[in-house]
Amino acid sequence: MRRNDHRAHGHPSWWAFWLHRVSGLLLALFLPLHFLVLGQALSGPASLEGFLRFTDAPLVKLAEWGLVTLLALHLTGGTRLLLIEFGRASDLRKNWIAVGIGLSVAIGLAFALALLG
Amino acid sequence: MSGAAPPHAVASDPGVREAVAQAKAWYWQRISAMVLAACVVLHLCIMIWAVRGGLSAAEILGRTQGNVLFAAFYAVFVLACAVHVPIGLAAIAREWWRWSPAAAQWFARAVTATLLVLGLRAVWGVYAPGA
Repeated sequence: MRRNDHRAHGHPSWWAFWLHRVSGLLLALFLPLHFLVLGQALSGPASLEGFLRFTDAPLVKLAEWGLVTLLALHLTGGTRLLLIEFGRASDLRKNWIAVGIGLSVAIGLAFALALLG
Repeated sequence: MSGAAPPHAVASDPGVREAVAQAKAWYWQRISAMVLAACVVLHLCIMIWAVRGGLSAAEILGRTQGNVLFAAFYAVFVLACAVHVPIGLAAIAREWWRWSPAAAQWFARAVTATLLVLGLRAVWGVYAPGA
């Protein structure tokens, strides 16, 4: 470990990196399960319906909201990286971190409203 | 250039091969990210629209069965995931879990295969009429 690591870790860009990596990891873990559930349609609609009734549980809905918010965070974080690497930005665009988080919270809320409505 | 090592000697250097592999992974990660950015925006819109009033198998399959556009979109989504996810996981395996580059690469290949099989199976599952 380099000695200045703790200072680098206090930087908003490091937290943006951390959030991007952890959200990506959690989404990667969820993805095979998501595919397996949808694949249940191969055994007939009743099989898929059985699982969907499980998703009516409040805790599962909370998890769904969490996953949608994670997806939005990974999308906005990734878009910031693409803009830094391929756009004309000459710095780390910390304001885009704030915009990304704000946008993700808004997307999460829109999903929550649709889920509860 | 005189004195430079012949190309085959450079290409056989494990350090150079690793650097080339990482540069390619970086590039594929960005290309797939661009495809995924578009897919995820659309997927988020579809989800917010679809969950209103609760989800049912009949409702989902009613939208997807026999719908070629839907299937094509989600097949592209799955392919982009199968490129993007393993590269990210391999980076985490190397940097956070201290796996060797070779182990991380084999792990990435296994993840690609898993996502391709499960993902395309899921797309077929909701597309195939009367499945």
